[in-house]
Amino acid sequence: MLKEYRSIISISGPLLLVEGVEGAKYEELVEIRLDDGSIRNGRVLEVDRDHALVQVFEGTSGIDLENTRVRFMGRGAHMYLSPDILGKVFTGLGKPKTENDRIIAEKSLDINGSPINPYARDYPNEFIQTGISTIDGLNTLVRGQKLPVFSGSGLPHNRIAAQIARQSAVLGKKEEFAVVFVAIGITFEESQYFINDFKKTGAINRSVLVLNLADDPAIERIATPRVGLTCAEYLAFEKDMHVLVILTDMTNYCEALKEVSAARKEIPGRRGYPGYLYTDLATIYERAGRIKGRKGSITQIPILTMPEDDKTHPIPDLTGYITEGQIILSRSLHKKRISPPVDVLPSLSRLKDKGIGEGKTREDHADTFNQLYAAYARGKEVQELAVILGEAALTDIDKIYYKFAEDFENQYISQGEYENRTIEETLDLGWRLLSVFPRAELKRVRDEFLDKYLARFKKDEDNQEGPGA
Amino acid sequence: MEKVGRIVRVAGPLVVAEKMGGSRMFDVVQVSEMHLMGEIIEFKGDLASIQVYEETGGIGVGEPVYPEGEPLTVELGPGLLGSIYDGIQRPLDAIYENIGDYITRGVSAAALDREKKWDFMPLVKEGGRVEAGDIIGMVQETELIKHYIMTPHGISGIIKKIGQGQFTVEDIIAVVDTAKGEAGISMIQKWPVRKARPYRQKYNPDTPLFTGQRVIDMFFPLARGGTACVPGPFGSGKTVIQHQLAKWVDAEVIIYIGCGERGNEMTDVLMEFPELVDPKSGVPLMRRTVLIANTSNMPVAAREASVYTGITMAEYFRDMGYSVALMADSTSRWAEAMREISGRLEEMPGEEGYPAYLGARLASFYERAGVVKCLSSADERTGALSVIGAVSPPGGDLSDPVVQATLRVVKVFWSLEANLAYSRHFPAISWLNSYSLYNDVIRESITANVSEDYFDLQAEAMRLLEKESELEEIVRLVGIDALSGPDRVVMLTSRMLREDFLHQNAFHDIDTYSSIEKQHKMIDTIIYFYNRALDHLRMGANIRDIEEMGVRDRIARMKYVPKEEINKIDDIKKDIDSQFAAMIGEKS
Repeated sequence: MLKEYRSIISISGPLLLVEGVEGAKYEELVEIRLDDGSIRNGRVLEVDRDHALVQVFEGTSGIDLENTRVRFMGRGAHMYLSPDILGKVFTGLGKPKTENDRIIAEKSLDINGSPINPYARDYPNEFIQTGISTIDGLNTLVRGQKLPVFSGSGLPHNRIAAQIARQSAVLGKKEEFAVVFVAIGITFEESQYFINDFKKTGAINRSVLVLNLADDPAIERIATPRVGLTCAEYLAFEKDMHVLVILTDMTNYCEALKEVSAARKEIPGRRGYPGYLYTDLATIYERAGRIKGRKGSITQIPILTMPEDDKTHPIPDLTGYITEGQIILSRSLHKKRISPPVDVLPSLSRLKDKGIGEGKTREDHADTFNQLYAAYARGKEVQELAVILGEAALTDIDKIYYKFAEDFENQYISQGEYENRTIEETLDLGWRLLSVFPRAELKRVRDEFLDKYLARFKKDEDNQEGPGA
Repeated sequence: MEKVGRIVRVAGPLVVAEKMGGSRMFDVVQVSEMHLMGEIIEFKGDLASIQVYEETGGIGVGEPVYPEGEPLTVELGPGLLGSIYDGIQRPLDAIYENIGDYITRGVSAAALDREKKWDFMPLVKEGGRVEAGDIIGMVQETELIKHYIMTPHGISGIIKKIGQGQFTVEDIIAVVDTAKGEAGISMIQKWPVRKARPYRQKYNPDTPLFTGQRVIDMFFPLARGGTACVPGPFGSGKTVIQHQLAKWVDAEVIIYIGCGERGNEMTDVLMEFPELVDPKSGVPLMRRTVLIANTSNMPVAAREASVYTGITMAEYFRDMGYSVALMADSTSRWAEAMREISGRLEEMPGEEGYPAYLGARLASFYERAGVVKCLSSADERTGALSVIGAVSPPGGDLSDPVVQATLRVVKVFWSLEANLAYSRHFPAISWLNSYSLYNDVIRESITANVSEDYFDLQAEAMRLLEKESELEEIVRLVGIDALSGPDRVVMLTSRMLREDFLHQNAFHDIDTYSSIEKQHKMIDTIIYFYNRALDHLRMGANIRDIEEMGVRDRIARMKYVPKEEINKIDDIKKDIDSQFAAMIGEKS
């Protein structure tokens, strides 16, 4: 029988200090019963002799010192699971949202998970075609990768994430997939956008929704991504599914972490965020991947809004150090009405090299994407130069770069929300854009590919118009 | 009866236990009945603060703490090479076989395989006298590495018996008559990780350590036994550089520490290294490599220990007389682990919340590098340990305390720049900000073994690149046409240096590694072009014609010349001459 304590001695922010406690464990789950009979959840942050420091997920309003009873549950926070979780909606703490969302559990797992043994990992190298040129061609996503979208307020990150969820496919394969959608402190409208999109495409039956909306308790957000990832691990590694996890918005998660840290009066690291923010984020992001001998995989697309579009802010900065690349959205492209406004130059997929090339995408992929990058970077420089000097002052070759950068933005980066380009189309489009350069400028491409492809597109140009032109 | 402590406080990775009198600082303890490993890092009365190397969820007040009475040690002996360990030397492959896909708590496994038999060859005779550090025998551990068995520290005397043949690491292979009686020696040794292994004498580094990376070898060379750091924002290619160095650096043994980094990166190394072959011996690179993987989601205290575990192994191979290179990716994560533990201890923080002893810890880590005369009474062998640390400053800001503390001790600074990475110039090592302080000490060795004009070429190329950055400002304001002919040749040549020499594709079969001979030929050709162009400009050649010369295409493709054909690079000079001659010919 679990003991109940009525010995709360202090309440500050989301934290309770309980005294006279026997045998409380670190990270233990706690139930708090208020005077009115309602129950809240918490977890033990620290035990010190007979004192236990408890973090309350749903907030401390209404809790008093005299009548509130605290019960230590003798175990960590768990998520109850069965294949029926597909199509269901859960709260940020992993409880069924409505009666309809109840399941008969097959097993329960600790939401904190355990680190995957690096030796047990299988390298992610299966190309995922998202149908978005800037991702497939330049920042290739592979199964088991964690590729965040760095966005800013007012930018269409949700549209990209929904488009990826809608269009993602592995070439030549039909396999079981699932989407775990984790809403962390986003608004009702934003979450409804995803849900409607999933409904429209029928993906809703293959989805697990874990929702902590903006008006839900803030501290609960610390548990929310972990609940979602526990579902994902169950589906991927026990039920052999390929799971795409969308976490939005990680900035709200970090804010919740900061709130708890501040309440504990911990020494802050940069900009008031706790010093362990990196480690804490890693325990979330590193739960993506593939495991040797298991069929399933977890691919993560965390979305975060950068405060003031500042990439050096601790949240995007530390995320970038953990994830395998980043898709950065650009406000200036968005203003130019280029959509999706992917800022190509600072975006990156670290795992692309293993997912592209012969047998995966096409032999010329690596060389062309290097060339496109280099050419676009030079084109942007030339454009800056032209602002100062005027276009007329540019050398002949720079004029080609100038034009290339414009065409690249309008034809390659820009594409419709429902336009699903195959990788062949994306690669050919790249060649078509590059074909305006004299051959000697294309230094990043091997001779054999220049022979094979360049001639084809130089000819093409005379006969037909490029797409979008 | 053994003394047992009792837990009074648990806060994350920090556990405080009472009744711990009798233990010493940095002794290892086992926490709770789960036997989680921890280390004592503070005493207050009989209260000991313990950093625990595993997750502490579920641990509560009143649970026992068992002191082990000795500091954190690593096991050293045959079987290290080709292994992958976590931060406290638990073999991840064995854990995978025994436990499964996840690292659960309280697992333990022997660091070195206890069953495997090694073929031991004695190198001393019975009746001979040995001191600590003397080599008594050898095991051919891999095709590449002879694993020398050294007399353990604290043992000296006459060899009474020495075996030959098949032994496990725990079998007694030799018996030594010491002043205190007989001592058996097995192939396994233990060494406390926080204590540097002793040597007879330290020397100044004087030979270069080539890496096959052009910007490093030609511009900012590393010395054997030297230290270097690679700071850069995320996405600037730190890890790729570390991997490239681990693959191609001219060292005999590689220790690679993945300290708080991505799990998939370690998988990459694990899958790639057994397939890559050493350019000199043709043997898979994994046969000379030890991996230490404490990824970012693994316990933070073990991350703190991982760099010490790694460098102790590196010193052990150094003591055999090898040239060892250690890569730590990333030291910032190590510093953050220190910061986290320090915060839990409620120590007064220094800059950015890092502990005040950050600089001291970093310095004493890098100071374990060097060229040494190994401890031995019998021979004069020398070993070298070179250390290359990646640093991940927040936002790429070099004023970060970890970067600054590192720069105070290391001699080579390869500064990675985001702008270079964005234009896909890799390795994104800035040629303007980086430096190597080894240029002087390795001068003699380079002029004798590489070429007389290495430093002239280096200086000329650097001068051109610096001039380019000045000229760029002017171009930005008034356009390229405003530049004089010679200045435009500078711009042209600098672009060649950047795109055709410094840029190097790590994922291209040939370009990934350039021998120093090839590098020398390449830069020599570009500088040759520069001088010829200046000459012909004086003779009246048109700058636009020079800019459009066909030979530029051949120069651009030098990097793809395979190593068997590098003499073909010399032919380019003839092409340069004939094309310039033709240009002048047309004029007259």
